[in-house]
Formats: sequence, C-alpha cells, structure tokens
Amino acid sequence: MEAPSIKTEGRRIIRVMFSRRVAILGFIIAVFFMLTAIFGPLIAPYDPIEQNINNILEAPSREHFLGTDDLGRDILSRIIYGARVSLMVGVVAVTISAVVGMSLGLIAGYFNKWVNNIIMRIIDAFMALPSMVLILAIASILGGGLFNVMIVLGIGLIPTYCRLMCAQVLSIKENDYIISAKALGSSDLRIILRHVLPNAFPPLLVLITLQIGTAILMEASLSFLGIGISPPTATWGSMVSVGYNYLLSNPLLSFAPGIAILLVVLAFNLIGDGLRDALDPRLRGTL
Amino acid sequence: MITYIVRRLILSVVVMFIVTVLVFLLIHLIPGDPARCLLGEEATLEQIEELRKELWLDRPLTVQYGHWLTNVFKGDLGKSVLYGQPVKELIMTRLPVTLNLSIFSFIISTVLGIGFGIICAIRRGKTIDTVIALFSNIGIATPIFWLAVIMIYTLGLKLGWLPLQGYTSPLEDPIMNIRQAIMPVFCMVLFPMAVITRQTRSSMLEVVRQDYIRTAWSKGLKERVIVISHAMKNALIPVVTLLGMQFRVLVGGLVLIETVFNIPGMGRLMVTSVFNKDSIAVQGCTLVIAIVVLLVNLAVDISYGWLDPRIRYE
Repeated sequence: MEAPSIKTEGRRIIRVMFSRRVAILGFIIAVFFMLTAIFGPLIAPYDPIEQNINNILEAPSREHFLGTDDLGRDILSRIIYGARVSLMVGVVAVTISAVVGMSLGLIAGYFNKWVNNIIMRIIDAFMALPSMVLILAIASILGGGLFNVMIVLGIGLIPTYCRLMCAQVLSIKENDYIISAKALGSSDLRIILRHVLPNAFPPLLVLITLQIGTAILMEASLSFLGIGISPPTATWGSMVSVGYNYLLSNPLLSFAPGIAILLVVLAFNLIGDGLRDALDPRLRGTL
Repeated sequence: MITYIVRRLILSVVVMFIVTVLVFLLIHLIPGDPARCLLGEEATLEQIEELRKELWLDRPLTVQYGHWLTNVFKGDLGKSVLYGQPVKELIMTRLPVTLNLSIFSFIISTVLGIGFGIICAIRRGKTIDTVIALFSNIGIATPIFWLAVIMIYTLGLKLGWLPLQGYTSPLEDPIMNIRQAIMPVFCMVLFPMAVITRQTRSSMLEVVRQDYIRTAWSKGLKERVIVISHAMKNALIPVVTLLGMQFRVLVGGLVLIETVFNIPGMGRLMVTSVFNKDSIAVQGCTLVIAIVVLLVNLAVDISYGWLDPRIRYE
C-alpha cells in the first residue's frame, strides 16, 4: 500500500478540520482579528494615542462607538490597534519559543542519553516554575517594552516545545525507517531533516496554534500588571487595567478589551482543537 | 514501588539543584552592576560597596553560589532592598495566604473538573455535554484578571453580595475568609477546572470503548457501578498526571489574582518586587514557589506510580 503524499494528507487534514463547525468559527474569528490588525490604520476612526481632555470617559456615542478613556482616547481605535500588538507579540513570541524549544528537543531526543539528561533536567527546572512566575522573573531582568516582552514570553514558552519535541523524536527514532536510513549511511542531519522533522511536526503544529493564544493571554496579563508594554501604546491588558479604576462610571472601558482578548484566544484554541482532531490517527475515519 | 519513589526523589533533588542555579543567576543576569541596579541610581558608593560585600559579589561566581546556597539552607534568603526586611520574614507571612487560596482552588477545580468530565462522557452528544464543553472552551480562553474585574463589578460593586478585596485569616474570622475567597477562588478555578474537565471527558470516552466495560454492561451492572468501579479508576490515570501541571498553572494565576483582589500573598509580593527591581525578593519568591510546585509534582508522580503499576516498572 502506498503512503499518501504530503499534498493529499494536507488536503485531508484541512477537510477534516473544517468539517468541525467550532474550528470554522475559530478560523473566522482569527481571520477577522488578523485583518483588523493588518488594516488597523485604515479602519480605526481615531488616532489611538491622541488625547482629548475635553472628551474624557465619554459614554458610547455616534462619534465614539465604545466611548473614550480617562485621557479622552477613543476606545474602539485603541482596541483595533491593540489587536496589532497582541497578534504580533503572540506570533513573534511563539516563533522564538518554537524554534529554540524544538531545536533543543530535537538535540535532546536524537543524540545520546547524556545530552538528553542535561537538556531535559534543565527544562524540568524551568517547568518547576509556573509560567507567569518564570516570565515575571525574566521580566525583572530584561524589563518591559514591546521587544523585551516578546523575548520574555518567547523564553517562557520554550520548555513546552522542548519537552514535546523530545518525546516525539524519542519515539520516531525507534522506527524501522530510521534504522534503515542509518544502515544506508545517511548522515544525522539528513535523517533529522528528511525523516524525523516531518514526522515530529504535526503535534507541534497543534501546540504552536494553541500557544499563540497563551502568548496573547500572557502579554495581556503582563500589560495588566503594568510590567509589559509601556503606555501610551494601546494594549488590551493595560486597557483593562485602566478601566478597572473607572469600573463604576464606565465599565465598558474594562469590559470591551477583555472581550477582544477572550475572542482571539478562543479562536486560536478552537483552531488548535480542530487541528488536533484532524491529526489524531485514532479519530481518523470517524469525522 | 520503593525503587520508584527513590528514583523520583533523586530526580527531584537534581531538578531542585538546577532550579537553585537558575534562581541564583537571576541577580547576575541583570545587565550592568547588580549592586547598583538593586540599590537604584541614588545609592552612594559606600552603600553599593556594602551590598557588594554582603552578597559576595566581589568573589568568583562559584564561590558566590556556594555562599548563597549555604545561606538558603540556613533559611537566609537575603534582605529585601524595598522592604528593608529579611526576605524569609516577608515570605513567611505571605506563604500561608497563598497556600490557603491555592489548596482551596486546587481541590475545587479537581473535584468539579473530574465530575463535569464524567458527566460529559456518559452524556456524550447531549445538551449537557455541549453546554459544559462550551463553558470549558470559554474558561480556557478567559483572561482571569478580566474575569476578576467583572466579578468585582457585578458581585461586589453592583449587587454588594461579596467584599471587594482583601484577605482575612481563617483563624481570625472563618466566615469572612470564605466570603473574601469566593471571587478569587472562582477566578483561579476556572482554567484548571476546564482543562481537567476536557481531559477527564476524553480519557473516560477512551475507557468506555474498552471490552471490559462492554462486559460489565452485558453482565447487567448498573450505570453507577460501571462508571465508578470500572471506568473511573482507569480513566483518572491520565488526569492525575495533569494535576501537577494544573497546580503550577494555579500558582501562576495567583500572581494576577492577588494583585487584583489586593491579597497579601506571594504573588503580590513578587509583582511588587519586580516593579521595584527588588531582585533579592524576586529570587526568594521564585525559589520558594519552585520548591512548593516541585513537592506537589513529586506527590503527584508518586500517586501516579501507585495508581498505574506500569509506570513504576518502567
């Protein structure tokens, strides 16, 4: 029996994934926020950092669809611009952590037991710390700001990728086709690139999708605490924090950016779940 | 089983050793002179020199680590630059608060998560399954600090049912302790509960497909007996592995929750210390949190080995 080509397999995964209504919903929400982030400057009605002291804490109106904040800035415009920051941080932080974590996991899983022990025990030590505590500890060294937050989150998310990649490689390298490739004299690099990586990647793809949501949540948490991206940059977390001071007079100030965080994280989680189902061999043929 | 426990203990000691190295390096990774960074720009040269001597910063790194570790074993975690107090004292007053909330949340999220997971699995495809699945998805995606803000607004400010913020020791006023803990615990429980629900549901579904469950049905056993005596024990094995991880998540969440609800725990101490660049306090908090998480993980690993004989013979 011939193995399905990558193209056919890819089509099957997309078909199975989109046969789930929740995955479609997640995809639509994610695309909506991505378009909002890309075309933010075109669709935002106001400059997100332009202050207007004559217009502070205004209720929703025709001019300001979601009202204004404590400095008279348009909330809707800040949410639109906040999408750019959130998605950028999510994607960059996940790229950093995925590249570093997967490389370390690959080395730990593929080479000898000593290398594995050293790398994985260090990863275990990182995993002994709650992500938020680890991220705060790293932030205490690097400080805030957009660039540093991406690095901090990138480092904080490395252990999960490393552990999953290592587990994948350890199971893949026991397969007959790897032993055959070694017997044929293939170099380690060739085996890794041609055989190990393509087979180890699917579960990692699910993790990448889910971690974008996690990174967005963590960036929002850091900004909420005031340790993340500094003002006046519009971030959803800092908007919730500012709104917290005006809960009684203007609850929307806190509620609206929170809904945006919830929706975008939910979207990536739903896509991740859909992908997981499509890639899980145990569910093959049932969907 | 004893070999398994000894192996896990040795592994935990190794990981703990690496954690101490990482935590020790926290101060040394600060760009520039650590003593100047800790004391701030206004510090005099004498003060900087004094701190340098106190922290042994003028010695080789390995000697510094040895000195620091010896002090840690003696219970000396250094002196907070911000509070001017020993970090140990700061932690000792805050750790019980954090443990009180986290243990409470851990128990609730585990019990409810497993309960909801089982209901979803045995009522698969029914309305209740869909509703719980929907809430699980929302629970995982909800920013807990935002949920806390919403709860403060509705239950605290609008309805006036619960106190807005603060913490009272259960020994001082148990009723007030519970009233003040409701909102923070609810916020903290949501994420781990949702994850445990999903894991329990999927492992229960896996188990109920097994032949021995079909045999139990064909023997005419009651649903309750099949679920509790036959399915649950095996289905819970993967859930147990998840518990250690969820405790870690829970403690991480406390950093946010303690800040929003103005609870004087370890999380808030850590945030305040990060804010004020008090790296010695950050170091102490990080170390103590890591020890607590490692101990819980060790307990989870041992119970996992006890539940699943395959693990201890691996």
